[in-house]
Amino acid sequence: MALETAFIQEKLSQTFGNNVFNFEMKRDIFTFEATSDTIHEVIRFLKEQEDLNFHFLTDLTGIHFPDNDDSHQFAVVYQLHNWIKNMRIRVKTYLPENPELETITDLFLCSNWMEREAWDFFGINFKGHPQLKRILNMDEMVSHPMRKEFPMEDSGRTDKDDRFFGRISING
Amino acid sequence: MSDLLLPPEHRYAKLIEQSRNEDGSEFSILNLGPTHPATHGIFQNILLMDGERIIEAEPTIGYIHRAFEKIAENRPFYQINVLTDRMNYCSSPINNMAWWMTVEKLLNIEVPKRAQYLRVIVMELARITDHLICNSILGVDTGAYTGFLYVFQLREKVYEIYEEICGARLTTNMGRIGGFEREWSEEAFKKLNIFLEEFPIAWKEFENLFERNRIFIDRTVNVGGITAEKAMAYGFTGPNLRAAGIDYDVRKAAPYSSYEDFEFDVPVGKSGDTYDRFCVRNAEVWESISIIKQALAKLPEGPIHADVPDYYLPPKEDVYTNMESLIYHFKIVMGEVPVPVDEIYHAVEGGNGELGFYLTSDGSRTPYRLKFRRPCYVYYQAYPEMIKGAMLSDAIVILSSLNVIAGELDA
Amino acid sequence: MSETKTNMVAPPEGVVGEGFFATKLNDVVGMARANSLWPLPFATSCCGIEFMATMASHYDLARFGSERVSFSPRQADMLMVMGTISKKMAPILRQVYEQMSEPRWVIAVGACASSGGVFDTYSVLQGIDKVIPVDVYVPGCPPRPEQIVDGVMRLQELVRNESVRRRNSPEYKELLASYNL
Repeated sequence: MALETAFIQEKLSQTFGNNVFNFEMKRDIFTFEATSDTIHEVIRFLKEQEDLNFHFLTDLTGIHFPDNDDSHQFAVVYQLHNWIKNMRIRVKTYLPENPELETITDLFLCSNWMEREAWDFFGINFKGHPQLKRILNMDEMVSHPMRKEFPMEDSGRTDKDDRFFGRISING
Repeated sequence: MSDLLLPPEHRYAKLIEQSRNEDGSEFSILNLGPTHPATHGIFQNILLMDGERIIEAEPTIGYIHRAFEKIAENRPFYQINVLTDRMNYCSSPINNMAWWMTVEKLLNIEVPKRAQYLRVIVMELARITDHLICNSILGVDTGAYTGFLYVFQLREKVYEIYEEICGARLTTNMGRIGGFEREWSEEAFKKLNIFLEEFPIAWKEFENLFERNRIFIDRTVNVGGITAEKAMAYGFTGPNLRAAGIDYDVRKAAPYSSYEDFEFDVPVGKSGDTYDRFCVRNAEVWESISIIKQALAKLPEGPIHADVPDYYLPPKEDVYTNMESLIYHFKIVMGEVPVPVDEIYHAVEGGNGELGFYLTSDGSRTPYRLKFRRPCYVYYQAYPEMIKGAMLSDAIVILSSLNVIAGELDA
Repeated sequence: MSETKTNMVAPPEGVVGEGFFATKLNDVVGMARANSLWPLPFATSCCGIEFMATMASHYDLARFGSERVSFSPRQADMLMVMGTISKKMAPILRQVYEQMSEPRWVIAVGACASSGGVFDTYSVLQGIDKVIPVDVYVPGCPPRPEQIVDGVMRLQELVRNESVRRRNSPEYKELLASYNL
């Protein structure tokens, strides 16, 4: 028998009360939000509860929303999967400027590099992560390139004429 | 600052200082550097070794980081297809079709049956080529160069089929939103049928070279094994997971593009070692051949693309003669098409596992955030643990059997 | 002996006599070097797969003298850079180039190595000629094996006609100095 979304919602609300909210069915994946200080416990609950059993972490990603209000500047999205009941679930948590969050490397070994990628690209600090350092970009880089204010192109290039691309010239 | 944040060679230097033996012998650091004949793609592993045995390893990746996700935030949908090609470049049609399916899910477009079956055919062809490369290079790493040369000749045949369909050999940039750009020519089907006749014979010969070969078995059995629980914890998917014993396949769990119409088995190994991975990939090639034959036999007639003029580029003759088509062409190329505000996650079974696209759209012509869930990136984390205690040559063989593709690792 | 269709390399121009053949040292050395270029395949991404197809039996690069691919820079003649070079990789590329011994040539295979290709981003080097001098550029994304073979043949032309004294000349030293090598 499949996991009913109403059942999941009820179990979560019973345990976490107001810390989990915004339950909705985004297309085919059941999505909800959790507050950033309870996210670790929510994910542990989803993993270890026998009737929920979301034992596989599919993805962990960060998103930057510079246009949102101050407490919703960054989001971390976790996607979990239960292979036995064939059910996916998505958990989102929003973070303010200078985002910090507890790591889930003690629950899922594969979140190690996923969190390092989120740190590298967005600057989301995962407290308790064993090795939070740059992974894809150069070690000497100081900025976090996937933030919206960071430009895509190399600002030091001298061989492209910005006039032809309809851009304001940034290097003279 | 924790020791783990230091560059690995510095951390290992400290360890070597602490554990020097009485007779003066000590551990050594070996740089299995980014440019190495046996690493297929550029990623580095700094190894702490006791003679020939590996004590600890730390991988460094990012040497081919091309910022796909950043580029994708600045490109309309048709231009992102070009990026998806270059992720797992050994099987680019799978990535292309996965991207189109994600966009179609976002735009709620239903693809006609004929296009779906043709997509299945091209994706299974791509899966065959991916496993061809992986297994033949595994052979090269154990010293058998013949298999590689033999198998690449067959890959040329598949390249010719791709050329008939879309014009390119390797980075195919195939398909459109809603189907294919043109009906497959007679020549394409002819070449496909010839391939289906010749390939099984050649693949059987390739298998015979390795599967009962004493040297190959000695090199690969009980080398780099991983238990099913560990594999699941490390996020393994695809043939590496199935070699460890779990039969999770996205084509069976969440069938897309009419995979539910075909009968195929999911081969599963036992111990997750290198030999099992090799055999699982071999068996998957046989299953792919069977799926292609079924799809060709049951191929329905019908349109090659969905009727969505808002998103599907009109044929060139119409663009040059018909005003409406010209306007649609312009709007689609510029990306001025209606896009809903939504979040989509779509996963397909890539050559290496679950390839997922997490697309957040805000209604504008480019995605707000596109995350590629790349299978190689997730399971490569297990590599240091898999080679702990192994010899150096085993580490090389384990690396090739994992089929880590640098383009997909770094994206 | 049977009639073969193989094209053997023609001998250089010279004076033939009874038991001797006189020609210029440049021509002989050029011919020898051009027909025995050992590549160092610096394959990073998709162009690397097309290189594998070029080395395989259908398009066989070995018949041009590149039988032995050398992964050690000390023993290689030409550095074939195939694929995108990111800024993280550029110092390593430079180190490999510096370790190669003279005479050495560089082929940039593919759009990414020539000029950055599709990837105009903060992390990709916009062309390897920003860090090392390049002799032949092969455009394409990825170039067909025939194009890669054509690039090697153009390089063979360059090598055949190169003066023996070029590597010690002030122009060459100036070229290396402009790259800070």
